[in-house]
Amino acid sequence: MRAGDAAAPGLEARAALSRRRALLTAFGGFCLCCLPGRPRAEALALEEVGPGVFVRRGPNAEASPDNADAIANTGFIVGRDGVLVTESGGSLADGQWLRSEIRKRTDKPIRHVVMSHVHPDHCFGAAAFAEDGPTFIGHHALGAALEARGEYYRKRLADVLGADKAGSVVYPTLGVTEGAVIDLGDRTLRFTAHPSAHTPTDLSMIDSGSGLLFTGDLLSVGRIPSLDGSLNGWLKEIDRLKGFGAARAVPGHGPVSVDLAPALADLARYLGTLRDETRRAIAADVPIEKAVGTVAQSERAKWDLFDDYNARNVTVAYKELEWE
Amino acid sequence: MTLATKLAPLAVSVALAASGVAHAAGSSDSDAEREARWRDVAASIFKDRTIQPTETLVKVEAPKRAEDAALVPITLTMPEKDRVQAVHLVIDDNPSPYAAHFRFGPAADPSELRLRVRVNNYTNIHAVAETKDGALYEATKFVKASGGCSAPMGMSDEEAMKGMGEMRMKFAGEAQAGKPVEATLMIRHPNFSGMQMNQVTRDYTPARYINTVTVDTGNRNVFVMDGDISIASNPVINFAFLPAGPVKVTATDNQGGRWEHSFTVPSASN
Repeated sequence: MRAGDAAAPGLEARAALSRRRALLTAFGGFCLCCLPGRPRAEALALEEVGPGVFVRRGPNAEASPDNADAIANTGFIVGRDGVLVTESGGSLADGQWLRSEIRKRTDKPIRHVVMSHVHPDHCFGAAAFAEDGPTFIGHHALGAALEARGEYYRKRLADVLGADKAGSVVYPTLGVTEGAVIDLGDRTLRFTAHPSAHTPTDLSMIDSGSGLLFTGDLLSVGRIPSLDGSLNGWLKEIDRLKGFGAARAVPGHGPVSVDLAPALADLARYLGTLRDETRRAIAADVPIEKAVGTVAQSERAKWDLFDDYNARNVTVAYKELEWE
Repeated sequence: MTLATKLAPLAVSVALAASGVAHAAGSSDSDAEREARWRDVAASIFKDRTIQPTETLVKVEAPKRAEDAALVPITLTMPEKDRVQAVHLVIDDNPSPYAAHFRFGPAADPSELRLRVRVNNYTNIHAVAETKDGALYEATKFVKASGGCSAPMGMSDEEAMKGMGEMRMKFAGEAQAGKPVEATLMIRHPNFSGMQMNQVTRDYTPARYINTVTVDTGNRNVFVMDGDISIASNPVINFAFLPAGPVKVTATDNQGGRWEHSFTVPSASN
């Protein structure tokens, strides 16, 4: 899916193959996407980042037939009474892979599947868990957002992966308004439904068993953040995340776990630069079509996929800030 | 298709929304199919009038691949500004292709005009300039984007309608006798396309869009724009004009909204 599609980051079929290969050859010296018939998701491993917490890193790439849209960090938490899937994955194929990995490690029932926000690389794995009858947990605005965008995302994903691998739109069965707590017996997950930030549907959670904060795409590490909600809102929510008391986090994209403070500082620097330079462009009557090529250029070398998303971020920022 | 037929009742809008999704790809059409579509649309707007291609009378610029399909910046340049009396903007593959029609008054400087539109499909965008002798000249640009007309606003309808009708105008440069001044007009208005789903009620929000904008300076007209659902929300129009007194903007929408604001042009003598 292209940067030019309405509200559809994360599904870009035109990602440079060479970039993906370079990325992959950096891990282990061979190109995983050349293994015949195996979605790359199968080759990437889950890591145990805390007691009973397993996370799979998604590569900084766009959806492609090779990667089955397994580009976000997904994983699961094993509690006394069952399993909670922290993020469903980017396609039915990706979700099926995660489910099979869960079953290699535990027979406990899969009771909860979290969908951290509306973007397809985080939602389309959910269908793989339908047979488990879990509670699908999302932001209270997620259902409506999926009504508006879900079918469109599904078609575009099916164009890239084929309909059998893309999966179907799954709606949350538990919509979180402000906060919620899920008890897995020996650990709890404390959820926060955020006001519009990365998207209008961002949900974060803290696991009491590990102390890890699962941010969804409120935090992206290494991969350029994509703005699809509110820039001022996102900067506010960064401050709020700092106050949650977590030292380590599992970001939506990037390493499987990171120190929260420096990762949020990098994010705040990019978003702050985007805000300040967009405001300056508006004040200087630089039109939007020129601003997309000038704003936040100092950040280019610091983020993967900068050229795929920065101009779009400027566009979203410009229309938010020009009325300030 | 004329602008007047765009007063689509909700049911029609919903049908358009459904078909819009079905055709969302739109990327595989052949050049012949695109040409046939343009002939259909042009016939509905201009009837049997001849439209000649031009390299000079009008040019249309747009990003090859839109960053945001719901906000695609368009620049129309008409260097032979004294010959042009009107320009029509047509987005061939949009559900309602006739996006805007500007009629220029005596205080206009139509050499450059910028606005932002929604693009629902991979499409040709046509600009048709109408010269003072009544001849029509077309230029075109292909744009890759999809879903712009149905893209939700990311907020409730109430929030999107906050401050509706509020206007701002920014001027670049000062008024000097006989010299054009560049102006940016911003209008707060959601310009609901009728294809956007309300995030709360999950119904389609009825189309509510700016259908006319009239700009005058003193007692001279700059332009009258007829608009449609293809204009992006919170319309922004950048234009040049020859100041002849305070600028008065009158905007109306298809549901009876009417707003008037006056702006003072900065003067060199101050």
